Amino acid sequence: MSSISMILVVLVAFLAGVEGILDEFEFHQPLIACTLIGIVTGHLGPCLALGGSLQMMALGWANIGAAVSPDAALASVASAIILVLGGGSDEIAVKSAIAVAIPLAVAGLFLTMVVRTISVAVVHQMDTAAEKGNFGAIELWQYIAICLQGLRIAIPAAALCFIPSEVVSGALQSMPEWLTSGMAIGGGMVVAVGYALVINMMATPEVWPFFALGFVFAAIGDLTLIALGVIGVAMALIYLRLTENAGAAAGAAAGTGDPLGDILDDYE
Amino acid sequence: MAENVEKKVSLTVADRRSVWLRSTFLQGSWNYERMQNGGWCYAMIPAIKRLYPEKDQQCAALKRHLEFFNTQPFVASPILGVTLALEEDRANGAPVEDQAIQGVKVGMMGPLAGVGDPVFWFTLRPILAALGASLAISGNILGPILFFVLWNVARMAFMWYTQEFGYNVGMAITKDLSGGLLGKVTKAASILGMFILGALVMRWVSINFVLKVSEVERAAGAYIDWTKLPEGVDGIHTALSQYAAGLSLEKKVVTTLQDNLDSLIPGLVPLLLTLLCMKLLKKNISPIAIILALFVVGIVGHVIGLL
Repeated sequence: MSSISMILVVLVAFLAGVEGILDEFEFHQPLIACTLIGIVTGHLGPCLALGGSLQMMALGWANIGAAVSPDAALASVASAIILVLGGGSDEIAVKSAIAVAIPLAVAGLFLTMVVRTISVAVVHQMDTAAEKGNFGAIELWQYIAICLQGLRIAIPAAALCFIPSEVVSGALQSMPEWLTSGMAIGGGMVVAVGYALVINMMATPEVWPFFALGFVFAAIGDLTLIALGVIGVAMALIYLRLTENAGAAAGAAAGTGDPLGDILDDYE
Repeated sequence: MAENVEKKVSLTVADRRSVWLRSTFLQGSWNYERMQNGGWCYAMIPAIKRLYPEKDQQCAALKRHLEFFNTQPFVASPILGVTLALEEDRANGAPVEDQAIQGVKVGMMGPLAGVGDPVFWFTLRPILAALGASLAISGNILGPILFFVLWNVARMAFMWYTQEFGYNVGMAITKDLSGGLLGKVTKAASILGMFILGALVMRWVSINFVLKVSEVERAAGAYIDWTKLPEGVDGIHTALSQYAAGLSLEKKVVTTLQDNLDSLIPGLVPLLLTLLCMKLLKKNISPIAIILALFVVGIVGHVIGLL
C-alpha cells in the first residue's frame, strides 16, 4: 500500500468512527466504508463485494435507547483493510474477511463503550464552560468528543497498515470475556443514573403517581413506546380537564348559598 | 407598547437552519451520564446567542440545555423545534419555566424514539441498505451511491421539515398566553414526562441476576425424554407434538434469582437502582463516581456469577 493510500485509509477509518456514534450520514455502514477503502486503495471490486455481503449481515444492527449494537465501523474498516493487504480478490478471500469482521464488531462495541464513558468527563468540561458562558469551549469539547470516536477506529486501522493483521486482530479479540461482559452488564445499569438526574429535576408530589403508572404499564410487553405515549397523553388530558372542572366547581360553590357549605364554613 | 415591540427578538430562518445543521452532531458526545446532552446544547448555541444578549442569561440557557436527553437522533428535530419556540418566548418575557422546557423534552423523547427507531433503523435503512448491498454484491458501484444519496436526502429533509413543524407548533402554543394554554402544556408535559420516565426505567435499565436459586428435576412425563424418541423424522414429529402438548424441553427446572424477582414485581431492581441513584445524587455524590461504581459492580457481579 502506498503512503498516500494509507493516509486516505486512516481518514476513511476516522470518518467511519465518527459516524459510528453520530449515525447520520452512515459512513460506518459496511456498504459505504468498505467501498471507500476499496476506492482509496485501488481494490474497488473485492471491497464492493465485501461491503455488500457484510451489509446484509448488519441490516438489523441498530443502537436502541442506551443499548449499543455490534460495531459496524470497526468490522467493515478492519475487514476491508485485511482483504486489501491479503491481496486476494476471489470469493474465498472475501469470505475469510467476513469471518474476521464479526469478532471485530464485538471488539468495536467494547471500544465505543470506553469512549462513551470518557465522554462523561467531556460533558463535565462543558458544564464548566457553561458556568462561564463560554460558547467556544462547549463547541471545542463537542469536537473533541467526536474526534475521540473517530480515533477509536482510525488507530486500529493505522495499526493494521503497519503491523501484521493477525497481531492486531489478535489484540482486539484478546479482550477478556469477564471484562467485556461485565462492561456490558454495567452499561445496562448506568442508564439509571441519567434517569435519576431527570427525575430529581421533574418530580413533584403531584406527578409522582404518573411515574408509578408508567412503571407498571411498561411491564405489559405488548405496549410499544408509542402506545405508552398515547396513554400518557390521554392521562395528562384527562387530568387537566378534571383539575379544571374541580377548580370551576370550587369557584362556583363559593357564596352560592349552598346551605351545607355555609354551615361548614361557619363551623370554623 | 412600542417598547415591547422593540424588545421582541425572534429566531431567523438562518438561525434555525444553523441549528438544523448542528443537530447532525447530536450524538457526538454521547455519554453514559446524560447521553445526548452535549450535542443538544451544541445544536442550541446559535439560538441562545440570538435570544439572550446578557451573559448570565446565556450561562443559564447553556446549563438548561446540558440536561439529560436521549432519543432517536432524527426525531430529536421536532423536539428541537418546539424547544426553540419555547426559548424564543422565554426570551420575550413569557413565563416559561425550566421545568416546562425539560418536561417537553423528556415527554416527547420517549414516544418519538418509539416512532423513530422502527421507522428509520428497522424499516428505511434495512430496505435501502439491502437494495444497495444486492447491487454491490454483483459488483455495481451504484449500490453504495444509491444507498448514500437516498438515505441522506430523506434524512436531511425529514430533520429540517419536522424541526420547522415543531417550531410552528411551539409558537402556536405560546401565542395563546392569556388562555393559559402554556401553563396547561407545561403541566401536561411534566405528567407525560414522568409517565414515560417510569416506563423507561422499567424497559431500558437492565439488570439480570443469573444466579441459580434452585434446580429441580421435573416429574417423569412432564418433559420430553430425548433418549426415548423414535428414530429419524418420527422422532422430530413426536418431540414437536409433545412440545405442543405442553411438555418441557428440559429435564430440570432452573430458577434464577431474576425469575423470583420478576414474579414479585417485574423491573423492581431497576426501580430500586434508580431510586438509589436519585438519593446518592441528592447527597451531591458525583454522577461519574456512580457510573464507574456501576461498571465495577457489573464486572465483579459477572465474575462471581451473580449477574
